[in-house]
Amino acid sequence: MNMTTTPAPPVSMIDPAVLPTGNGATLEARTVAAWFAEHQILDDISLAMPANSVTAIIGPSGCGKSTFLRVLNRMHELVPKSSLAGEVLLDGADVYGIGVRPAETRRHIGMVFQKPNPFPTMTIRENVLSGLKLAGIKNEGSNDDLVERCLDQAGLWREVKDRLGSAGGALSGGQQQRLCIARALAVSPRVLLMDEPCSALDPTSTLRIEETIRDIVGSVTIVIVTHNMQQAARVSDYTAFFLGDEGRPGTVVEFGPTSELFTAPNDPRTEDYINGRFG
Amino acid sequence: MTVTTVPSPNPASLPTPTRRRPQAITPAEGVRIAGVAGVAVILTALVFLATPLSGAFGSVVFAFAAFVALEVVDVSLRLDPQAAKDRTATILITGSAGVALVPLGFIVWYVVSKGIGGMHPGFFTKTLEEVGPLDPASAGGAEHAIIGSVEQVGLASLIATPLGILTAVYLSEYPGRLTRVVRFFVDSMSGIPSVVAGLFIYTLWVVRLEKGFSGLAAAMALSVLMLPTVARTAEEMLKLVPDGLRESSLALGAPKWRTVTSIVLPTARSGLITAGILGVARIAGETAPLLMTAFGTDSVNVNPTKGAQSSLPLFVYQRVRNAVPSQVARGWAGALVLILLVLTLFTVARLFGRVRKAA
Ligand SMILES: Nc1ncnc2c1ncn2[C@@H]1O[C@H](COP(=O)(O)OP(=O)(O)OP(=O)(O)O)[C@@H](O)[C@H]1O
Ligand SMILES: [Mg+2]
Repeated sequence: MNMTTTPAPPVSMIDPAVLPTGNGATLEARTVAAWFAEHQILDDISLAMPANSVTAIIGPSGCGKSTFLRVLNRMHELVPKSSLAGEVLLDGADVYGIGVRPAETRRHIGMVFQKPNPFPTMTIRENVLSGLKLAGIKNEGSNDDLVERCLDQAGLWREVKDRLGSAGGALSGGQQQRLCIARALAVSPRVLLMDEPCSALDPTSTLRIEETIRDIVGSVTIVIVTHNMQQAARVSDYTAFFLGDEGRPGTVVEFGPTSELFTAPNDPRTEDYINGRFG
Repeated sequence: MTVTTVPSPNPASLPTPTRRRPQAITPAEGVRIAGVAGVAVILTALVFLATPLSGAFGSVVFAFAAFVALEVVDVSLRLDPQAAKDRTATILITGSAGVALVPLGFIVWYVVSKGIGGMHPGFFTKTLEEVGPLDPASAGGAEHAIIGSVEQVGLASLIATPLGILTAVYLSEYPGRLTRVVRFFVDSMSGIPSVVAGLFIYTLWVVRLEKGFSGLAAAMALSVLMLPTVARTAEEMLKLVPDGLRESSLALGAPKWRTVTSIVLPTARSGLITAGILGVARIAGETAPLLMTAFGTDSVNVNPTKGAQSSLPLFVYQRVRNAVPSQVARGWAGALVLILLVLTLFTVARLFGRVRKAA
């Protein structure tokens, strides 16, 4: 990693105002804090993630990146004794507002996990369609079209089109992860959260998934956690650098357009981190 | 960095590589093991001839122990200490598994050899209704007992399996304040002696509610015994379902109940079938609670809700208590049928559990 000598140019540094408008929603965290029991993990996090853009979250291990993602789609509250503070606005509406069902929020804010986990009892096709059944959504169009469209968006269609009936677990790790992306896309989320989606994958699969991210960002807002600086630089429009010291909760040190953050960071800690001097 | 390019030769000119299986037992090794076994057998023969020791069963056990001991000595002499330790552990563990199988094989062999004499086609289609105490074993049969067993165990499973799985779902998927209490009660329940379960249903259902003896009463007593086994086994099986699957389902917008019904339960399916099988295994041979609930009879009673009913364990118990050899032979035949019935059920359940959904 030698980011100083060769500042990797972001693939797309498009002004969000002229981004192709799709289904993506803006997601805004306001003064978010989070606890596991009495242990505070996050403090005062405010981030605005523009619609149809890719926001990367970077930071050392244990600083609360995954926790932050899980606060965004109301998965954090599933952990016993967890608590949180602040607001998360999806196109201006608080997902923690009174009367908002968590399941509804999670349907709109999808998630791809670090470890690929297709449903083992289902075929590839059933995996893609599983969200419809699970979330109780009616599909107006044909299921065949939906399966093809989602697998195509996830860059998996050509590889699996002749074996949609075989088990999802029979794919390679990279293919399984793309299947999970297709599965998440099938319920038409407005935001897709990705927690280190490539950390278990080989370089080729990683590049495929990065391509996928750039392909789908026209129709969905993406927030991606990654430990790979080049990846953050390659795929994201904005980057947030999280940091939490021993015993102190994680906060945002710096947030801005990826090109600026990587080439001219304002905070010395950001510079140290992206140059691999700690973390 | 220097890059070495390996010239790729014409594939056709390459000799076909010999396939090896490094872990396979070589012929030489086979001969050696056979040799050790031979020595063990000769040693056993000598010992049994020279000493007052005798008996077929004893000699088999002795030969087996001698084989294990000789093999351990042999490998320790030939191999380096690490390899010898490894081999010794393998031999001892395989040996122990073999020893554990001995009683099982012995019981099966014994029941088959004793029971086969009393077996005849009529055993499955006739009852003991018109059979005198001194009639030969070829007269009459256990039809009434087979019907009773199937109905009682079936009904008990119908009661205890859904309840047990629901309990397991509560314990594993909906943990709360009451989880520990419920788990404690389920554990205590598995400690209930079967005769107490029978007594409980007898006092409450048969006497207090004046329902009388019936197959249903027996099924209730059996389900009390079956429930904890099913619940705790099913709970362990549900815990084996990776959390990632639950989270993925929830993250797609699924409500909790649908995550349980559509993801957790199907993923644990074969484990849940195992839980049911263990439950059936727990109750299929129960006799004591049946004496107080089904009571037993010599004729067919197809209606499990009314009147005394027989069952295979009761049949066996009542026949074998007799002094008449033909009756005892019937009892053994009944035991054999019971084993076959349970075995068939297990096989069917296993096949059912293994069948993967086709596209
Ligand atoms: N279920 C939990 N219960 C209690 N503490 C937790 C739990 N999950 C995470 N933590 C703690 O919260 C802190 C932040 O965890 P988190 O997983 O959000 O970090 P992260 O930034 O995603 O790290 P990584 O880069 O290693 O994935 C860690 O100190 C962790 O120990
Ligand atoms: Mg993480």
